Amino acid sequence: MTADYNFAYLDEQTKRMIRRALLKAVAVPGYQVPFASREMPMPYGWGTGGVQVTAACLTPDDTLKVIDQGADDTTNAVSIRNFFHRTAGIVTTEETEAASIIQTRHRIPEAPLSEQQILVYQVPIPEPLRFLEPRETETRKMHELQEYGLMHVKLYEDIARHGHIATTYAYPVKVAGRYVMDPSPIPKFDNPKLSDCAALQLFGAGREQRIYAIPPHTKVVSLDFEDHPFDPGHWDEDCALCGASNSYLDEVILDDAGGRMFVCSDSAHCRTRRKAGHVGPLGAPYKEEDA
Amino acid sequence: MYVAAKGGERAIENAHAWMAEMRRGDRSVPELTVAQIREQMTLAVARVMAEGSLYDPDLAALAIKQARGDLVEAVFLVRAYRTTLPRFGASAPVETGRMACIRRVSAIFKDAPGGQVLGPTFDYTHRLLNFALMAEGAAPEAPVAEPAEAETPHIAEFLGQEGLIQDEPSGAEIPPDLTRTPLDFPAPRALRLQALARGDEGFLLGLAYSTQRGYARTHAFVGELRIGLVAVEIDIPELGFALEIAELRLTECETVNQFKGSKVEPPQFTRGYGLVFGQSERKALAMSLIDRALRWEELGEDFADAPAQDAEFVVSHCDNVRATGFLEHIKLPHYVDFQSELELVRRMRREAALASSREVAE
Repeated sequence: MTADYNFAYLDEQTKRMIRRALLKAVAVPGYQVPFASREMPMPYGWGTGGVQVTAACLTPDDTLKVIDQGADDTTNAVSIRNFFHRTAGIVTTEETEAASIIQTRHRIPEAPLSEQQILVYQVPIPEPLRFLEPRETETRKMHELQEYGLMHVKLYEDIARHGHIATTYAYPVKVAGRYVMDPSPIPKFDNPKLSDCAALQLFGAGREQRIYAIPPHTKVVSLDFEDHPFDPGHWDEDCALCGASNSYLDEVILDDAGGRMFVCSDSAHCRTRRKAGHVGPLGAPYKEEDA
Repeated sequence: MYVAAKGGERAIENAHAWMAEMRRGDRSVPELTVAQIREQMTLAVARVMAEGSLYDPDLAALAIKQARGDLVEAVFLVRAYRTTLPRFGASAPVETGRMACIRRVSAIFKDAPGGQVLGPTFDYTHRLLNFALMAEGAAPEAPVAEPAEAETPHIAEFLGQEGLIQDEPSGAEIPPDLTRTPLDFPAPRALRLQALARGDEGFLLGLAYSTQRGYARTHAFVGELRIGLVAVEIDIPELGFALEIAELRLTECETVNQFKGSKVEPPQFTRGYGLVFGQSERKALAMSLIDRALRWEELGEDFADAPAQDAEFVVSHCDNVRATGFLEHIKLPHYVDFQSELELVRRMRREAALASSREVAE
């Protein structure tokens, strides 16, 4: 396949067009830059935006990690990793620290990222105001005028109805004090990691033809009120396999009698901890074949 | 001890192998060839070429075979392939007035220069299952007439001579291309027509039908519907003249619609336009009705709040490759987001239970 297609699938002109959009996105943090998204050999909704951004950033020396729901072995993560392995012949990894580019859907890795890394998000609906105003012509105007009152009204209505803000993922943020941005459907638990992140964060929405970015060490604030400060949420449980008490947990149903357990959604984080000797209540000491 | 499920990679490989086996079906039945699909499923091939935006009957037939007859999937295969093709240049606009028509009908005149040519149409067939097709028989033959010598002029030209129909303003020299530049609104007519030409036939059909039933009604007469071959010519700078490089089969439809006139303009008819690859009458008709409905602003009509008038709505949702991708992506794992929703619902139920027990205590 590598012989039939250009390095990382896209032709160089297309990559150049995407890189220009990326540069503009970095220059205007949180601003959605339109780009002429291409049809990719995977469906829209499967991460075509993220794949195009990754393709435009990849060099032959890069090491790529792909996660979906925090895990490297979810089907679509496997599929995208194989795609780049075949079309770019690059090295792939499951270790967060070993990767130079990480493409993700729905999570930010638990391990802190470094200045040498790029985190690429797959974005379904880039417009944070879309569910309040379906028209693009209107929402662009709202961003121009910083007319974000509607979003605060929505959050306020949540509090009035439920006593707290009822948005649990794709929780809106304000980037560098200017643009309100959709962080993609990551759980709000991950929102604090967006701010002052050492890595470059790039967001690609293929179907909606938008790219946006958070440059390294940019201030990102989750929208809230003085008397109702943002709450990332917490867990009463620890990871059943590695015992982590501060990672995002998936609930796994064990039987039909209500038995369940909680395990780290970040599979690499969990494995690293188990390797280091941490064992949760349902876990067993780490063995190499577990990898 | 618990071992988390792994093996996404093997599962994917096995799923693909199973799908390939299902595609082939019963092995005692001969395998379909791409040539058979190309020659005998021509209208399916036409649809895939039109919505795939790539005129290549062989590739469209291959895509139909690979997609097990799922035409939206076949369109997607063609689109993904199309993206990888280099662009050598742009052709001169095709001259549909010089089309070698196999079909040409007008609903607004009993006869016109060029004549009414029914051509290969289902229109007056009785929809009775033809069981003879279940048996393989000799190839049917149709009587042959001499091809028309003269060109077939557009019907609208006759109305135009009297000033009865609006003149089309000429557009930009190089039309915009939504596959190369990001879509922006308001979208000019050329861009809307491009989107409609690539758009899903079913979506366009439903929208066009809605205008006929009163959601932005612009009573349309079929001025002309024609199907046939046109020459594709490309300018070769080194030679200094244009060369014919290919022939395309196209379906073109022009509707004639009412227009009340205004203070500055006397009443005259207006047009809707449809142009589609291959033989695709339903699509061309639907496209021309929607095109006309979308022109409300330019023609000084009221916005009736109808979906077919709303360019942002129509253009943003008519592409079936995007639509099916986003619709079907909800099959992908979403358990991380679902987990946070689960926690929220549990918390709200706890709070509700606490509140009602407090009420009981009071």
